Parts: sequence; structure tokens; C-alpha cells
Amino acid sequence: MSNNHTSSYHYIRPEIITMLNSDDLFNRAEMAPTRASFAQTLLEMGERNPDVVVLDADVSKSIGTNQFAAKFPERSFNFGIAEQNMMAAAAGMATTGLIPFACTYAVFASMRALDMVRNSIHYPCLNVKIAASHSGITPGPDGVTHQGQEDLSIMRAIANSTIIAPADSTTTKLAVWATVEYDGPVYLSLTRDPVPTIFTDDYPFEIGKAITVRDGNDVTIVANRDLVVQALIAADQLSNKGLDVRVIDCHTLKPIDEEIILNAAQETGAIVTAENNVYFGGLGSAVAEVLVENHPIPMKRIGVRDTYAESGPYLDLLKKYGLSSEHIVKAVEEVVERKL
Amino acid sequence: MVQTPMSIEELEKMAAVIRCDIISMICTAGAGHPGGALSAADIVTALYFRVMRINPQNPTWSDRDRFILSKGHACPVWYAALAEKGYFDKSHLKTLRRINSLLQGHPDMNKTPGIDMTAGSLGHGLSAGLGMALSGKLRKKDYHVYVIIGDGESQEGSIWEAAMAGAKWKLDNLTAVLDRNHLQNDDCVDDLMPIEPIADKWCAFGWNVVEIDGHNMEAIVEALEAAKLHKGSPTIIIAHTIKGKGVSFMENVCEWHGKAPCQEEADNAIDEIRRFSSE
Repeated sequence: MSNNHTSSYHYIRPEIITMLNSDDLFNRAEMAPTRASFAQTLLEMGERNPDVVVLDADVSKSIGTNQFAAKFPERSFNFGIAEQNMMAAAAGMATTGLIPFACTYAVFASMRALDMVRNSIHYPCLNVKIAASHSGITPGPDGVTHQGQEDLSIMRAIANSTIIAPADSTTTKLAVWATVEYDGPVYLSLTRDPVPTIFTDDYPFEIGKAITVRDGNDVTIVANRDLVVQALIAADQLSNKGLDVRVIDCHTLKPIDEEIILNAAQETGAIVTAENNVYFGGLGSAVAEVLVENHPIPMKRIGVRDTYAESGPYLDLLKKYGLSSEHIVKAVEEVVERKL
Repeated sequence: MVQTPMSIEELEKMAAVIRCDIISMICTAGAGHPGGALSAADIVTALYFRVMRINPQNPTWSDRDRFILSKGHACPVWYAALAEKGYFDKSHLKTLRRINSLLQGHPDMNKTPGIDMTAGSLGHGLSAGLGMALSGKLRKKDYHVYVIIGDGESQEGSIWEAAMAGAKWKLDNLTAVLDRNHLQNDDCVDDLMPIEPIADKWCAFGWNVVEIDGHNMEAIVEALEAAKLHKGSPTIIIAHTIKGKGVSFMENVCEWHGKAPCQEEADNAIDEIRRFSSE
């Protein structure tokens, strides 16, 4: 028996709500990789803002920024397979007032070029936007070398960083708009694999402001990027078991929205975090840091354990590496048991 | 504000003043990198007091020529030039590396007026300069970008990423100067990890290559002015220099890469620089 009628969703597309309890949401929902929404929105930004330039490192066809190159060839710079040069050049461009989007995969943006990202972009706090596709283990079939499972943890350790990991195409578009408006470095985390478009266009996106997308009073799931939809599926299943689960889309990992987390802690008494990223240093750690210093409550973290994944279909990987809705359901039940 | 460009003789005297500043600021700080600052002193002097279009009263002027000291550890030469040029008061030189100072151990563009790019981690500056040059082309600005790189620094792979890109985009508004002083932290460059044939390498990467004596002021000025006029590719000036130039006990001695002189050594060094300058 579903008690969905008692719970209230915010900014979730109505058809998605009806699909949450079905096994084939991923077959029936409108699906798109968030990199596609990013590339599409950049085209709009190119029209509106002549300072926006796009830097690529030989993966523009994959990320879709080749569309920007075709439309604005003079504002598109493909650096070849040379991410270090691209990042430091982006920094140089930003000193002159341009708004460079440096686009590559998460593993290369956050590790191959990290020295440039840290010393030439974040230390001088230059207005460079880093678009990191293939975040988490979303590039399923590509395997471990292309799965950016630690980029969010790495970037969170970098001072002056702002990190956004939008859940779907709708919020990716809104995030790109907000990113251009924001003065300073932004790391935008994008998926390679398609994810359901879950949000409505009226989603009030603001950097640093997480959104409660499902009301609930028994326990809270705080999720980001592609695990927001898994959290919603888990909440729906748990409602059948009589648990009233709040779900928060924590699209901005840094700065973390302390207020919404503390309210959830006080009002629901237990929190599960869910991220497609190693479970140390990322969202789980950020939430734990807020709780432990202000309002300690029972908590569990869903994320990639201290391991590497492998090649495979996206949904199979989520299941095998402990990131799917079933794992979230189990974690919620455990954490509720521990509630004071 | 237009300042009259200095004559060669005036530039040589200014280079001596800057060398004295380098010695006394590193001595006062008790730490720093005198060797590579002294080897670059003549080039930096030529840039700031003759070649570059700059305005010390408006350090962020959007049409200014840009300068990046990619071998950021040699920043005492940059700080001395900026102070002598009037970007900030010379009294700050005594605060190098102290807490709350404008003058960090490696250059910080947000702390020091006139510093166009933060530097310190090697192999960044040429790429950053490349980005500034691309921006200049895109916006049809006529500023020129100068980047000094080190010969040890040329072991960084990212230098060669930037080399490829500079030629691809035909950045004739970008000039690199290689401070070829033959020494790096641990040893001689040519023993530790040889970079020769360095001129051939840059040639093969598509750059306009010029070789000069990096302590001959006339040659430096001539090469820098010619680089500004060269069209169709970026220029690299391979400046053959002496690490520690101007202080005989520091010249070609690896240990002076990153060691501060004591007061007596500093006094002797400054004496020698002044004596040579007034000859």
C-alpha cells in the first residue's frame, strides 16, 4: 500500500512521481546525460554573453561542446590532449575578464591538471568554470580510469572552490546560468550516462541552497547528482513500510547548506547521505561535519567504498557498488533503528 | 602617464640597483632564491624600464603589456623592479616572506600590485601567458605578453604543451624568455636532465627562436623589440645567462639557488655590484 498521497513533492515532474514505484523508471522516463544539457545551455550563454569562451581537451564531441565550437569558432579553443595547459591558459584568460569554461572529464580535471586547478585557478580565485563530465562511476562501460569517483572529495579540499553536482538536465541548465553569474571558480560535475529528467522548470536554483524535494518527518536522505533519483525511489519504497522520508537535493556540495541540514536533523532525527563518489571527503563527510559540530544524530553514508569499480552498465554498477535505491532503503532502516 | 624609456646605460645602472635590492631583501628575509633572480635581472630591467607598455599608477590597466615570471621562486627580481618602478613603496622590500607582507615567498597576484599572474608551481606561467595572448587576439587588443621561464623548468611537460599551443594559434603577441643559466636546485641542468638541443626543440615546435647574451643590455632590448614586431608565431628568446650574475662568489654555484646570504656576504655582494656598476 502506498501512502504517497500523504507526502508532498516539490519541483518533481508529476509523471516522475507516478513512476517512482515502477521497476522501469529508467526505461520510461525522459532520459539525458547532464553533459548534454550543459552543452546545450552553453550555446545559449554564448549568444547572451560575449565573454563566455569554451576550452576543450579533445573530448568536445563527447561532452557536446563541439556545438559551441561550430557556432562560435572564434570563442572556442581546443587544446588537444593537454589538460594542464588548458587549465592554466583558462586562468590567464580569466585575468583579462573572459569567462572560460574548461571542459574535460572529471578524472583529468581533478587529478591530471590538479596542480594548475589549485595554484593557477583557485589560489588566485580566478573566474574559471571547470566542467567535469564523467563524474562518479557514471561512465559505466569505460571502466575505472575514466570514472571520476573521487573528484568531489578532492575539489572540496581546495580553498576558494565552489562545487555543483546537479541531479538532472533541468538543474544542470539552471546551474550553468548561475555559474556564469557567479564571480569565481566553479567546478560543475556532470554525468556521462543518461539520468531521468526529474525536475520541473520552476526549480528555484541558487548556488549553496539545497532544496527539499520530498517532505517527510521520520528520516532524511541528503543526495546529490545522479543519486537524487535513487533517493526518491528509496523514499517511495520506504513509504510503503510506513516511513515518512524527507529527500534533499544537495546540488551544491560546497558551500554546503548547513541550515537545511540542521533543520532536517532537528525535525527528522536521522540522516542518510547518498552520493556516487567515494564515501569519504564528499557529501557524506560534508554533512557529517555539519552534524558533528552542531547536532549529532544517527547517520549513514551511501557512496563508493574504499575500492575501484569496473566496466559495466550504469545501473548494474550502482547495484554492485552499493549505490542503488535498495542500498539506500537498507541504510535508512538501519539509521532509523538507531534513532534516539 | 608616459615615462621616457631609459637608455642602455641607464638600464645597466638600474639593473645594478635591482641586483642590490635582491641581495638585501633576501638577506633580510633570511631565505629566498638569489641565483635565479640575479640571472634574470637584466631581462626584467629591460622589460620594465624600456620595453613594456605599463602604468605603475594603474597596475590593472586592461591595455597594458603583461609579464609573468613563470620561474616564480626568482620573484625578488620582480619585486625589486616593481618597487623601483613605483608600483609600491620600496620599504615593502624589507618585508619579503614576513607575515602580513605584500611580498609572498612566491608571487601572488592578489597581494602585490603589478603582479599579473600568481606563480610558483613550475610549468604554469607559459600556459597562463598563452591564455592572456589568446584573449588579446580574440578582443583585438594590441598588448604583448612576456613570460620568463627557467631552463630547469623546461623539464616540465606542460611547458611543451604550451609550446605546441602557442604555435598552433600563431601567438605573435606572446614572447617567452628562457633564462638559460644552466643550474637548478639539485645540480647542473645538463647533467640532471639535459634539455639540449633547446633551440632546435623550440624551432621544431614552430617558434621564432632568438639566442642572445642575457647580460648584454643592448642585445636584450634589441631582441625584445624585434620579438614585438615578429609576425605569425610566438618568439622565444634564449638568453644565455649566469646564475648569480654580478656576485662573483654566487656565480655558477649551485648552492646559491635557494640560499640567503648572511649580512657580511650581502655587504660584500652589494659592494661588488656597485663597484662594477660605477666602472
